[in-house]
Amino acid sequence: MKRAARFIIFYSVLFGLWTLLAELKIWPPYLFPTPWGVAESLYAGFQDHSYWIAIRVSMQRVLIGYGISVVLGMVLGLGVASNKFLEETMGGLLVSLQSLPSICWWPLALLWFGLNQNAILFVVIMGSLLSVTLAMEDGRKQMPKIFGQAGRNLGAKGFKLFWYVLLPASLPFIVSGLKQGWAFAWRSLITAEMLYLSLGLGQVLMMGRDLNDMSAVIAVMILIIAIGYMVDGIVFKGMERHLQNRWGLASAT
Amino acid sequence: MSSNVQRLPAQFPLPSDARFPARSPESRGKIGPASVGHSTHTGFAAIPKVGLSEICLSYRTQSGERLLALDHINLEVRTGEFLCVVGPSGCGKSTLLHLIAGLHQQTSGQILVDGKEIEGPGTDRILIFQEHGLFPWLTVGQNVEFGMKMKGVPKAERQEKTRHYLRLVHLAKFEKSYIHQLSGGMRQRVAIARALATEPDVLLMDEPFAALDAQTRDLLHDELERIWNETGCTIIFVTHNVREAVRLGDRVVLLTFRPGRVKDQFPVDLPRPRHLEDPHVARAAREILDQLREEINRSLEAEYQEGVKPHVEPGVSA
Repeated sequence: MKRAARFIIFYSVLFGLWTLLAELKIWPPYLFPTPWGVAESLYAGFQDHSYWIAIRVSMQRVLIGYGISVVLGMVLGLGVASNKFLEETMGGLLVSLQSLPSICWWPLALLWFGLNQNAILFVVIMGSLLSVTLAMEDGRKQMPKIFGQAGRNLGAKGFKLFWYVLLPASLPFIVSGLKQGWAFAWRSLITAEMLYLSLGLGQVLMMGRDLNDMSAVIAVMILIIAIGYMVDGIVFKGMERHLQNRWGLASAT
Repeated sequence: MSSNVQRLPAQFPLPSDARFPARSPESRGKIGPASVGHSTHTGFAAIPKVGLSEICLSYRTQSGERLLALDHINLEVRTGEFLCVVGPSGCGKSTLLHLIAGLHQQTSGQILVDGKEIEGPGTDRILIFQEHGLFPWLTVGQNVEFGMKMKGVPKAERQEKTRHYLRLVHLAKFEKSYIHQLSGGMRQRVAIARALATEPDVLLMDEPFAALDAQTRDLLHDELERIWNETGCTIIFVTHNVREAVRLGDRVVLLTFRPGRVKDQFPVDLPRPRHLEDPHVARAAREILDQLREEINRSLEAEYQEGVKPHVEPGVSA
């Protein structure tokens, strides 16, 4: 209850200040819209289905891109964690690549794939693959060895060992990395979408700019935040809670 | 050494004092126990269940030197025998179990099961770890089922057997629980059920009760003895607790401190069921303990000399 009260107070003050600043008309309304203007834009966007379409297109892309990242990242991470040669060579490369913002892959993606969906997917994958790989590598190392031994002892090997033992055993240790990977994937997607007419949320955001429609720009920003936050809150928080319950951990890292 | 083992009697209880006659210090370490004389009729059990021949294991420490962990271990375990292995910590007794389980590879020597050399892990030999090694993401029932699932046993049969083995360890009511909801003793019982569910011929137990409180351990001793009777499996049980070894074993093998060698073997022909507090058990344990103490002293000396140098047991850490 107290938490809800704090929540309400904080956002009331925030919106109050925003309204006040907008109503004072220090800046022209087309540069600094009121909350109502933004709400109207949001409503209109959903009404004419343009936001729905944008959300659907963006979600589809991020799911495909992130999905590929997770599968590839797990294989890579596991490989790096279990092979000394790979660890010494590729491990370092992966860490150094992490300092490269994912959008730096955009020119390369454009030349390789052309101006299309695949280029966007490529950027999304490059944005999240590293986090997932490093998380998996780390998780595989942190995971108590006894699980792997017990699994082999009970007759699991090869893919079965990975699928039924190593993967579930390492989940508590990789969930934060998966979460980080998701955040990177989402950001990379929006960035890439802003650079090219692509139907997604990023493009709708740029359209607001082109039309000088500040309330539409802010409306889309709110949408991007809301979706990112919701996925984090529903999918990943749910996953963490599930793991905590099963493993009996005070907090899954 | 192996001839010693084969000559060990499988006979029925004599007065317990006869099993543990006082032995002169000169006889220690080299020859087998004093009951060597009774052993002519065991010849037909030609193929032991588990045979270790000339097992050596050495590994490189972090400082680069080669360390011999196990030194020419020869051991034969009869079908249905309850063999206990004791030794000071660092003698490689856990490592030995890992080798038999096929989780690690010995440097030289052969491990035979039913006369055939083992190739990696197999569900005919199941290891029960000190820290149980149950899977926390599965329910108790799914844990017990796991080995059968890997084997491809049909679901209905799996469930039936799971229930059977959970009943055997008195945990039928906990089929749907998760591991963290159970006490230490219950977890170890799940581990036993999970091991038995794959219907192994050999149960390898690596100090399974070391982390439990005394009452729970007593209970589990009784249960393990009962299960051993009911299933007829062969058990190799590693412990540092000599009384526990005498309480449970048909025979106790004593390993030396690094490198691990078979120092001596003691048949235990006390009548079952035994209890930890039985004076016979205590007396038998004392004799083994005297010899074990020498090894413990050696291990302590080595530890003082090594100072803080970390001691790595390859079987556990690799």
